[in-house]
Amino acid sequence: MQTLEPILAAHPFFKDLEPRFLTLVAGCAANGRVHAGEFLFREGEAANQFYLIRHGKVALQLFVPEQGPRTIETIEAGEVLGWSWLFPPYRWHFDAQALELTRVLVFDGQCLRAKCEADHDLGYVFMQRFAQVMIQRLQATRMQLLDLYSVQA
Amino acid sequence: MNATSTTIPPEPMLPQPYVVRRRSRETSNTYTLELQPTSGAAPVPFVAGQYNMLYIFGIGEVPISISGDPTRPQILVHTVRQVGAVTRAICALKRGAGLGVRGPFGQPWPVVEAVGQDLILVAGGLGLAPLRPVLYYLLAHRDKYGNIVLLYGARTPEEILYRRQLEQWRARFDMEVWVTVDRASESWRGSVGSVTRLIARAPVDPLDTVAMVCGPEVMMRFTIVGLLQSGVAPESIFVSMERNMQCAIGFCGHCQFGPTFVCKDGPVLRYDRILPWFGKREM
Repeated sequence: MQTLEPILAAHPFFKDLEPRFLTLVAGCAANGRVHAGEFLFREGEAANQFYLIRHGKVALQLFVPEQGPRTIETIEAGEVLGWSWLFPPYRWHFDAQALELTRVLVFDGQCLRAKCEADHDLGYVFMQRFAQVMIQRLQATRMQLLDLYSVQA
Repeated sequence: MNATSTTIPPEPMLPQPYVVRRRSRETSNTYTLELQPTSGAAPVPFVAGQYNMLYIFGIGEVPISISGDPTRPQILVHTVRQVGAVTRAICALKRGAGLGVRGPFGQPWPVVEAVGQDLILVAGGLGLAPLRPVLYYLLAHRDKYGNIVLLYGARTPEEILYRRQLEQWRARFDMEVWVTVDRASESWRGSVGSVTRLIARAPVDPLDTVAMVCGPEVMMRFTIVGLLQSGVAPESIFVSMERNMQCAIGFCGHCQFGPTFVCKDGPVLRYDRILPWFGKREM
């Protein structure tokens, strides 16, 4: 039977992950497809998944009254979407809308949380990798806030 | 002149009279001007990365990178953003109006040294203008290079430079053009986020890649961090520095940056050679 392990191993988020961890993680993963315009999740909903983008583009959006949805950033092939499943209260803080046909690996957050709780080595690896993603996003967001390309900058 | 040799013009302090042949609006505050010598002669040839001092009589002079095609030097092209009195006056020039041009000056991008390697060009905002001559050159000699990737970050979709040309380049099968903006309305279907986030996904072999970076200095600092994390060697990273260039020939010292004068040793500088001074507040 074909498993998801080779696909997981090929994704940058799981680069060099130990095979035993890959096997554990693959047990919580499934293939998915989202069409342009569809939402992967919406603000306030329960956050029970995260996604590895294999192909396509997802906009992380915040709805601003009287202005409509504002895109904060886009998440694209090779990147990871969603970390709210890791931390209470397990709720999404943004909307995530596919801008084009997007292929993802979707992970069951509750399944992964249970495995991380049972195997703290796996939990540590996950925390390390998500912390790296968060740092990169935070730095990139700070650069956006600086408005570097404005005339005054 | 070959692709990387530079010489100081014979009368470097004497502006040559030019006229505007064509002016086109790029964004709300940025214009591209095509210039030609009043004498009818051809403009002085240039290499990718060089700049001219543009002089508006009675107002002042500013250094502006050449943004045209080095393989077609018969047309001198500058892209100018209105940020002060001189640049506002330059942008207001109509067809047939005159201005002074000194140059070209400065050291170029290492397009010849990069033969056989992958190239990653990272531009932020108006920083695309000094890199456009590189792209013209690379595409005119496409078979000599590996993968070519342009990563471009703009403030908004409305402030993207050379939009039509980017679309044409994007349609090619032999180069990658990835554009991202810092903020956008709902109608924008492209990428949103810092240009630095694109680096890790760029399809280049970091061990055999030359990186050329141009944009605001903070953006270049973070871009370099991203390039180094991806495995690009410090000696393969080149940046275009911006300082208060006035004489353009290393005499006045206004643009001193550590032991280098940006006007004559730059504006293109190899990162490992300026590392001790790069990002220093006192510089």
